[in-house]
This record gives sequence, C-alpha cells and structure tokens, in this order.
Amino acid sequence: MLEENKVNKAGGRPIPLHRDPKVRGIAFQIVAVLFFVWALWTIGSNTVTNMEERGIVLGLSWLEKLAPFQVGFSPFLANELGQNSYWRIFFIGVQNTIYVSFFGVIAATLLGFVIGVMRLSPNWLVAKIASAYVEIFRNIPLLLWFFFWYFIVFLPVLPGMRESISFADAIFINKSGLYLPRPVMESSGAATIFLLICAAAIAGVVYLARWAKKQQDQTGRQLPVLPISLAILIIVPVAGFYVSGSPYSLEYAQLGTFQLSGGINLTTEFFVVWFALTTYTAAFIGENVRGGILAVSHGQTEAARSLGLHHGQNIKLVIIPQAMRVIIPPTISQYLNLTKNSTLAIAIAYEEIASIWMGISLNTTGQALIIIAMTVGVFWTLSFLTSALLNWYNKRVQLTER
Amino acid sequence: MNEFTPIPAREPPASSVGIIGWVRAHLFSSWFNSALTLLILWSLLQIVPPTLQWLFADASWGGTGSEACKTDFVSPEDGETYRVDAPGACWTFTRVRFVQIMFGLYFASHPSEVWRPVLMFALFGGLIAPLFIPAFRWKLPLGAFTLLVFPFIAVALVHGEWLGLPVAETNEWGGFMLTFFLAAGGIVLALPIGILMALGRRSELPIIRSLCVFYIELWRAAPLITILFMASNLLPLFFPSGVDFDKVMRALIAITMFQSAYTAEAIRGGLQAIPKGQDEASSALGMGYWKKTGFIILPQAMKISIPGIVNTFIELFKDTTLVGIIGLHDFLGSAQIAARSPEWKGYDFEAYVYVALIFFMCCFAMSKYSQHLEQKLDTGHKER
Repeated sequence: MLEENKVNKAGGRPIPLHRDPKVRGIAFQIVAVLFFVWALWTIGSNTVTNMEERGIVLGLSWLEKLAPFQVGFSPFLANELGQNSYWRIFFIGVQNTIYVSFFGVIAATLLGFVIGVMRLSPNWLVAKIASAYVEIFRNIPLLLWFFFWYFIVFLPVLPGMRESISFADAIFINKSGLYLPRPVMESSGAATIFLLICAAAIAGVVYLARWAKKQQDQTGRQLPVLPISLAILIIVPVAGFYVSGSPYSLEYAQLGTFQLSGGINLTTEFFVVWFALTTYTAAFIGENVRGGILAVSHGQTEAARSLGLHHGQNIKLVIIPQAMRVIIPPTISQYLNLTKNSTLAIAIAYEEIASIWMGISLNTTGQALIIIAMTVGVFWTLSFLTSALLNWYNKRVQLTER
Repeated sequence: MNEFTPIPAREPPASSVGIIGWVRAHLFSSWFNSALTLLILWSLLQIVPPTLQWLFADASWGGTGSEACKTDFVSPEDGETYRVDAPGACWTFTRVRFVQIMFGLYFASHPSEVWRPVLMFALFGGLIAPLFIPAFRWKLPLGAFTLLVFPFIAVALVHGEWLGLPVAETNEWGGFMLTFFLAAGGIVLALPIGILMALGRRSELPIIRSLCVFYIELWRAAPLITILFMASNLLPLFFPSGVDFDKVMRALIAITMFQSAYTAEAIRGGLQAIPKGQDEASSALGMGYWKKTGFIILPQAMKISIPGIVNTFIELFKDTTLVGIIGLHDFLGSAQIAARSPEWKGYDFEAYVYVALIFFMCCFAMSKYSQHLEQKLDTGHKER
C-alpha cells in the first residue's frame, strides 16, 4: 500500500489543477479579495457621488470651525460658547466618555465583588438577595434602567435649585446635580512642592509593599502593610500641604438668584449614567467573581488549613490569588462593555461622545461619514487597547501556571 | 455463638435536621449571620408588602379613561375635595393602551386589523411550543420551517400587501411586535453570515482569515448605537441614489451586521470544542472541505454553540430598545409615548414597570432555557 502511494505521488497521474487544494485555496482567496475590493470601490464611489449631490464637502477643514452650541459638562477641557472648534467638541466628548467610564469601572468592580461574594454566602437569604439582584439587572434592558433612574427616581426626588440640600454651605445637591468646592491654585511653586511630596508618599507605599512581600517570602513574617500605607497616604499629604504653605484654596459654589455658580458641578445626567452603568455592570462582574471563586478547588482550602493557615489567610493568600486569574479576563471585557454602554447616555443627554459628537455635531454639520468614522475609531482604539491588555495579562498568568 | 448485631444508629439531634436544622445552618449559623438575617427580614418587610399593595391590591384595573385611576381627596386645609392619583398602580392605562404598546400605532388606529399581529404571534407560539416537547419527532423540519418560511408569513400578515389586506406601512410598526421583528429578524439573518464568518476565521487561508477577523472585530468593537447611526445616516450614501431603505429596514441591517459578529464568535466557540480527531477522521475517509464541514464538523459545532447563540440573542433582544434613539417606536418607546399622551400623562412609572416585567419574563425564561440546553446537549463530545 505504502509503496503504491509513493509511486502515485512521484510518477503517477498528476493531480488536475482544479482539484489541487493549494491552487484552489489561492484561487478562492483571489476571488475573495477581488470581491472585497469591488465592494469597497462601489461603496466609495457611490458615497462620493452622493455627497457631491447633497453638497457635502469631503474633507477635514470643517473640524477647525467654531461650533455654535455650548457643552454643559466638561470637567477638564476649557469650554466656552462660541469658542469651541469641532475638534474640541470631539475631545470633550471623548473626555466625558472616559470620565464616566472610569468612575463606572471602579464602582462596578467594588459592587460586583460584593455581589459575587454575597452569592456564595452561607446565609441563604443573603445569597438569594444577591442572585435576585443579578437576575433583575441582567434581564432588563439598560436603556430602561437609564430612563427609570433618570425620570422616575432622581429627577423627581432631587430638590429644585432654591431648595438645594446643602452641607455646611460647601456641598449642594439639587436637580441639576452635585456641587463641590473647587481647589484653586494659589502659588505654582508651592503646588509643585506639594505634588512632589504626594508622589513621594505614593512611591514610598509601593516600595513598602514590595519590601513587605520580600520579607514574607524570605522569613514568613507578615507586616500590617494596609494600615501603615493608609497612614502614610493620609498623614504625608496633609502635612505636606501645610509645610509647602497651603498652595490651594477652595472655591465654593455660590447660590445666586437663579443658579449656583462656581465650584465643580457633577450634573445629574453624569450621576445617573454613572449609577446606571455601575449597577448594571456589577451584576455581570458579580457572576464573574462567583465563577472565579468556585473555580478554585476545595482541595486548596483543605491544603491551606492543614498547613495551619487560618480562615483569613486562606482567603487572602490561597483563594483570592487563584480566583483572580479566572475573574480578571472576563471582567476586563466587562469594562469595555461598560465603556461601550456609556453611549446610551445619548438618551438622557449626558454630554459624551455619542450625544455631543454623533448627535449634535452631526446634526449641525451634516458630516456623517467623518463623524461616525471618528466615533467608531475611538471605540476601536479602546477595544484594541483592551485586548492588548488581556493578552498581556493572559501571557503573564500562563507563565506562573504549573 | 452470639451473632453480632450493631446497635441501630442514634437519630441526629433534633436541632440539626428538618426545618429547624436547615434554619440554624443557613440563617443563624453565627451571631453575625443572625444579625444579617434579621436585618434583611426587617427590610423585606418594609419593602415587599407596600410594593405588592401598589402592584395589586390598590391598583386600578377597570375603566376606560384616566378617571378610573383617580380618587377623591379631602384637603385638610380648605376642606374641599380634589381628584388626585389613587395610591396604587394604574393598570387601566396599560390595558387601554395595550394595542399601541404591543403592536404599534397602525394597529392602535385600525382596531379591525388587530387580528393580524395576534394571529402572527399565535402562529409563532404554535410553531415554537412543540420544540419544547422532548418526545416530539419532527423538531428539525419544524425548526427549519420556523427559521426559513415563517418570517415571510409573519411579514405578509403584518404588512398585508402580499395578502391583499390593508397595508400597514413599516414606519407605523411599533411596540413589542417591532422589537420581536427586529430581534428575531436579526438572529435569522445573522445566522448564515455568522456561520460563514466563524468558518472563515478558522480557515487555513490567510487572506480569508484576516478578512473574517476584520469583519468580526469591526462590528464587535463598535457600540450598537454607532452602528444604528451608521445605518440611518451612512447607508443611503453607500448605495446609488434611488436605492433607499425605510427606517425599519435600516435598523434591521444594522442589527444583522452587529449580531452576525457575535453569532460568529459563539459558533467559533463551538467549532473550537470539536476534537481535531473528527476532522482527521473525515479527511481519512476522503471527504473534502465542504463535505467535512457540512456533514461532520458543523452539525456537532452548532449543537454545542446553541446555548451561546441563545445568550447573544438575549443581549440582542434587550439591545433592540436602542432603536428608539434613531426614531423607531419599539416596545419601550411605544410605552413611553403612550405615557406621554395628554390623557395618560404622569403614568410613565407604570409604563416602565410593565415593559420591565415583560422583558424580564422573556429574558429570564430564555436564559433558564439556555442553561437547561447546555446541560442537555452536553453529550461528552467536547474537548476538555
């Protein structure tokens, strides 16, 4: 049999071209590429003719023009009516998307961990309440949650401007949001010293944590790292603030005739988007946490106990480090989902990229192609960064796996 | 010789078995757990009875107008009587506006045509129900009929033009029916694209593979809203002038593109779970790529990926609410509009609760079904 085969391959009838898998593969790919190029070219030429017909100039020069509308919420980038180019509007949108997602990710992680651990509680009621939370949030559309929190809960419940809830005349809460005092820099030299002191405190804490880990690896002694770090992080900046000569003062919001002015205003829309994203995503993260903890085999706990680790040490040193490997990858995907879901904010007009860029700017300029391409580009970049982070993490975890 | 007779085992102490034992172990195992249990019971007592009271006992069900949801209120200040909102939910609203919330504006204004969507949903229910009977033998042909033929029957019934009925234009479609059409249409259209893309992504041909990866990642990276905006603003630009799609069609195209990427990933998961031996064995039997794929690999992979596809479908079903942002009146949108009509102003809480309950029931049932399928379909052929 084997001999026959060899003869057939070397000297027998050659395989006809159309049955050769290699040739077929190449031909198939050429057809696919041709089709792809043809489709792109057709769409491209149609778009150009259609845009010419509608009088839309394809180009980027309109991005330099000034936008005729005001953005209400911009925590960092300067924003004044009639002074913003469309470029700036775009960056304000990106900034607001990242801003709300950043706080959303932090809060959703914390809440998600609480929910996940609650689902595994030995207390039946606690476990049931956590699983009811997960089911309720996962099975109702996020957009409905946005509307519910905004129109049913927060707008009716929050007081009007004149009846603002105030704390020591420094913090105000009303229908248009939360007003906080704004730190104003008094002297840049002192501020630099102050920031350097803060950076030194953070560096010190990182060094301490590493040193403590080394000590534990070598001698088995454990240091109370957390209380020491917290103490450093609180005492050093406070002391540094006075040592450097109080470089910042606080600007309080002032209650005027019609509105509060000054201070930092976190709008109700910001708060609702943050709240809705947090509560919704926490349900998904909670499931990841639960799955991760369940994935650590019970033998690990038994082994830890027989080595003499007590319950807390077992959780901290054995269960959590192993569960984290399972928890972190899907949770990073949830962070990306949260960021993508923040575009739903367009429904209640929080001014992130979908609402001020893809919504308002598209309406005022008509430059649909470039605006949508730029928006998708932002999310492509974020998703690329996320998958790069995931790959890096998976590789790092794989190395330490047995 | 005395035969050895063991003493019968003693009963476990009464405090560790039965209801008392369960309660002790699960609710009062430590002082902390006991405190937690009491705290939760107390808060449930504060929340649940008033909620049930609002939902059922105090709710108004009858009547035909918003008057039915009002009650007399004697003001303690001036002694006059005012008509104010009753303390319970106003289900009169959802009952009176049922057709609008479920089937959209056209059928709300043409009550004589309501039988069409009702018949459509009844047919769908009739087709789906036998699939849940384990003993039913014709699942495959029935499933194929539901996937391939039923969509045309459904559109014919609701739109009406093909059957010579009064035409319900798609821009007047709405309510739960529109949500159903978009989600179901999206999954049916996305399935073939998803299968091709999943196969392409695992292909050995580098160009095919990168084209498929590009396609999948393009749609997966973008939020659905951007894709819906693309469809409503860019689609008309992409086609020669004269070719135009109505709003519903545009949304359906966007949803199909979006969903096909997620379906492809679910199917890729199934393909990955098929052991390499299956592929090698079919090659050894002399099968070519298409035979191998069509008869050996795909049938097994599809079976494994069904739960994954159902899960992406649940997400899609919830996400169809976003079409409200590009101006379609889906289930959530219709309920909102109904609650903003002059007569029913102020009943939006009822509208949201109603929509949320129906979404919850649908999605919860589907996710439980998908979990059940996962267990049932696990025949041990997965690569572990």
